[in-house]
Amino acid sequence: MASVDQSKIRNFCIIAHIDHGKSTLADRIIEMTGLLTAREMQAQVLDNMDLERERGITIKSQAVRTVYTAKDGSEYIFNLIDTPGHVDFNYEVSRSLAACDGAILVVDAAQGIEAQTLANVYLALDHNLDVFPVVNKIDLPSANPQRVKDEIEDVIGLEAQDAPCISAKTGLNVEDVLEAIVHKIPAPVGDPEAPLQALIFDSVYDSYKGVIVFCRIKEGTVRKGMEILMMASGATCEVVEVGYFGAGQFIPCEELSAGMVGYLTASIKNVKDTRVGDTVTEAERPCSEPLPGYKKVQPMVYCGLYPADGAKYPDLRDALEKLQLNDAALQYEPETSAALGFGFRCGFLGLLHLEIIQERLEREYNLDLVTTAPGVVYKVHKTDGTVIDLTNPTNLPDPTEIEYMEEPMVSAEIMVTTEFIGAIMDLCQERRGVYLGMEYMEETRALLKYELPLNEIIYDFFDALKSRSRGYASFDYEMKGYVRSELVKLDILVNKEEVDALSFIVFAGSAYERGRKMCEKLKEEIPRHLFEIPIQAAVGGKVIARETVKAVRKDVLAKCYGGDISRKRKLLEKQKEGKKRMRQIGNVEIPQKAFMSVLKLDED
Amino acid sequence: MSKTDLGIYVHIPFCVKKCDYCDFPSGVASLDEQAYYIRVLKKEIRSFEPLGNLYRVKTLYFGGGTPSILDPVQLQRIVDQLKDQYEFAEDAEATIECNPGTLNEEKLSAYREMGFNRLSIGLQSANNEELAILGRIHRYQEFEDNYKLARKLGFDNINVDLMSALPGQTMDLWKNSLEKVAELEPEHISAYSLTIEEGTPFYQKYSTLDGQRMLPTEREDRGMYHFTKEFLEEKGYHRYEISNYAKEGKESRHNMTYWNGGSYVGFGLGAASYLNGKRFSNTKDKHEYWEDAKNAYQNYRLTDAQTEQATMEEFMFLGLRMMKGISPQEFEEKFHQDFGTIYGRAVEKLKMQGLLEEEGGRIRLTERGIDVSNQVLVEFLL
Repeated sequence: MASVDQSKIRNFCIIAHIDHGKSTLADRIIEMTGLLTAREMQAQVLDNMDLERERGITIKSQAVRTVYTAKDGSEYIFNLIDTPGHVDFNYEVSRSLAACDGAILVVDAAQGIEAQTLANVYLALDHNLDVFPVVNKIDLPSANPQRVKDEIEDVIGLEAQDAPCISAKTGLNVEDVLEAIVHKIPAPVGDPEAPLQALIFDSVYDSYKGVIVFCRIKEGTVRKGMEILMMASGATCEVVEVGYFGAGQFIPCEELSAGMVGYLTASIKNVKDTRVGDTVTEAERPCSEPLPGYKKVQPMVYCGLYPADGAKYPDLRDALEKLQLNDAALQYEPETSAALGFGFRCGFLGLLHLEIIQERLEREYNLDLVTTAPGVVYKVHKTDGTVIDLTNPTNLPDPTEIEYMEEPMVSAEIMVTTEFIGAIMDLCQERRGVYLGMEYMEETRALLKYELPLNEIIYDFFDALKSRSRGYASFDYEMKGYVRSELVKLDILVNKEEVDALSFIVFAGSAYERGRKMCEKLKEEIPRHLFEIPIQAAVGGKVIARETVKAVRKDVLAKCYGGDISRKRKLLEKQKEGKKRMRQIGNVEIPQKAFMSVLKLDED
Repeated sequence: MSKTDLGIYVHIPFCVKKCDYCDFPSGVASLDEQAYYIRVLKKEIRSFEPLGNLYRVKTLYFGGGTPSILDPVQLQRIVDQLKDQYEFAEDAEATIECNPGTLNEEKLSAYREMGFNRLSIGLQSANNEELAILGRIHRYQEFEDNYKLARKLGFDNINVDLMSALPGQTMDLWKNSLEKVAELEPEHISAYSLTIEEGTPFYQKYSTLDGQRMLPTEREDRGMYHFTKEFLEEKGYHRYEISNYAKEGKESRHNMTYWNGGSYVGFGLGAASYLNGKRFSNTKDKHEYWEDAKNAYQNYRLTDAQTEQATMEEFMFLGLRMMKGISPQEFEEKFHQDFGTIYGRAVEKLKMQGLLEEEGGRIRLTERGIDVSNQVLVEFLL
């Protein structure tokens, strides 16, 4: 390992629209470069979180190193860095790209270019990567590789006529991809003797090894025992181990030199000392300046996360700290709610990001959570001239102190087949969208451009889009800034008591509709009590909608037969267990999932 | 050493046809299977031989399924086996459950001869249309004929089961069933309101939104329940448990054993026992039961006694099913712990809500407390 010929290293990633076969191609490359036999290969080696495999999406960047013997007889080291495909995880893509010298663009032979294909290509080009296209899924009956090749040339401007036409699923022509990697992706540059300059592109927490830092060595060499400095955080520590990525495992080696991708572990005391995007250098012989790193990502969606069991608050804090380690976009700060106790206000990139974090907290950290309705960040301009960023509806100042409010807008691009244009335009209209224009990509497909308020798309816009286009529409958006808007805080009163965790900010024109639906939903969620429970929605103290949960008249086990007490006991215990999963608000017990119900208002 | 009082339950899991609302371990079986079951049952009873030295039988109860489906000869074998192994108290209560569609003079006389002194007849409704909806095999007239026959043969302690809140049932139909039965003056009436149990044909039919519309509303259900109490009290019955009414001194002593925390042993498929502080139940799977029966006594011996906490909880949630309620003093005598420390807060809260009341040193459910008793009883789980 001591001297690796830089010209034989290829650092690359695969970029694609979601579901175009990125992970399958990665699997095939790993399998065909001999790192794993097909038998050892679990489907989708790179997606190693359970969650990723179940959902069939890549969330976290993963890296793997394989060795390929090319047709010219030389051995090449491939460092394949996987990237997520969903719009919420653009920042992860950006991190992965910074560790690469080139990218393979995978396009589905049947579907052609999609919104995310474009977004990812532009990201890659921004990072000065050499990109070459691959047409995948040519085994599908509806495949039309030539049309897709033309499209790639017309729309993106990449040379595509000699692009490998493959089926990653069956392995057909994947060898052409391997050769193309050798010939079309440049070898890394960098001087192994120069002062160390390495970019942290990811890190994970391992209970045995501690923090594992994933890095790309740009200049110099890092080896065991070296005293290193994290340039942004200023922390120094001693390298305990360096190595590279096997399939699903870490393989230690002597050193990592310029051009290589690998990991290091060090005597890192505080997980916060290793920041993704930071530059690692040698403490004694630092490089002159840090690498550019990443643009800090701003969360766009906020919600409250509370432990279902109040005693688990410290556990939740520890878990969030560890998750943040390799998810720089996750932000959190403590907050308290009258209804839910101690918890955290957390910021996410989008709703999928929120869901993923929530599920990871529940699965990997075994936490039972209560989540409040997600909201975006509003700007509140107060009469005294100050402006506050409102992430929690409860903090909305008194209306008399508010001059006006602004809400975030996005510009959205929706790719859709022409038959669904009408339906999608209706949807955007309902969500207060402003039509900006439409471009025909080809005869049957168009790109619709809209300006939409972010708070109209964070809940279920994506689902609505899919259902109204029978799955054919795809969607991408970027932040566009704030505009002034008529916004109000909608409060929910349960048995005449305001429940802070159920309040949310809403466009004034939608308040009545939202309030009504919220009351209906809560009526379904809140179990009947021994007394009648009014559920009211109010804006500024004025009730705009009401439902009633009727009182229980009958809850009796008529028969208690044959001395089988265990059955009766089970019934009572189940009833008691149910009560435990409730939050007591005044006299009323509200099930935890009711706090999420605002999310599902448009389901039916 | 004096012997402890014991209740014996024997489960006969066979029916001519399973009723559509029933979720007990029971069903149709061939005569061969029935004969085989009787042999296995005898083995199980035999394995409990050591109990005979410690207990004396105060109550015997044959339940099902349909015990009256059996050939009296088969029944005789089980009864003989029990009499061999146990001393029966002179005044022992011996009940057999009967389906009106399976009775005849020969069977009834045989029961008398074997020593059964109480009949529990599953009438369920005096309306033939309702009987058909329930999937019962009998008609009202069959019941009345067999009831009168039983009286003629000397049965002077008879219970009749009725069910309210049936699909399509109105208050008038329910009144009619009650009146017809009360006219016959049985000593005991069990009046249950229908529970839709999962896994039954009724569940499929009536748990859906459309299905629920065919059932009486909660308000109607409670109306029928409250009417039952008033009507039967007028006729000289008192309600001594949520769903049970009796003439003075004719309460089901066997069932009282369950609610009073007394000892009982259950034989047969799915039967439950409470012996020496241990609760255990036989399997509801008949194939497993064939296997387990021989070693039933061993299995019982290996069971752990339940915790004192569980026994306290039962004291409350079983005791409160009875209209006389529970006595804190008896609780303290039994457990040597202060009642107020353990349940004081729960009792106060429920009294405030009007669900419990206290009188003469006893705590009991109010009428409203009965209606929502599950919500009351759950408060006594520690």
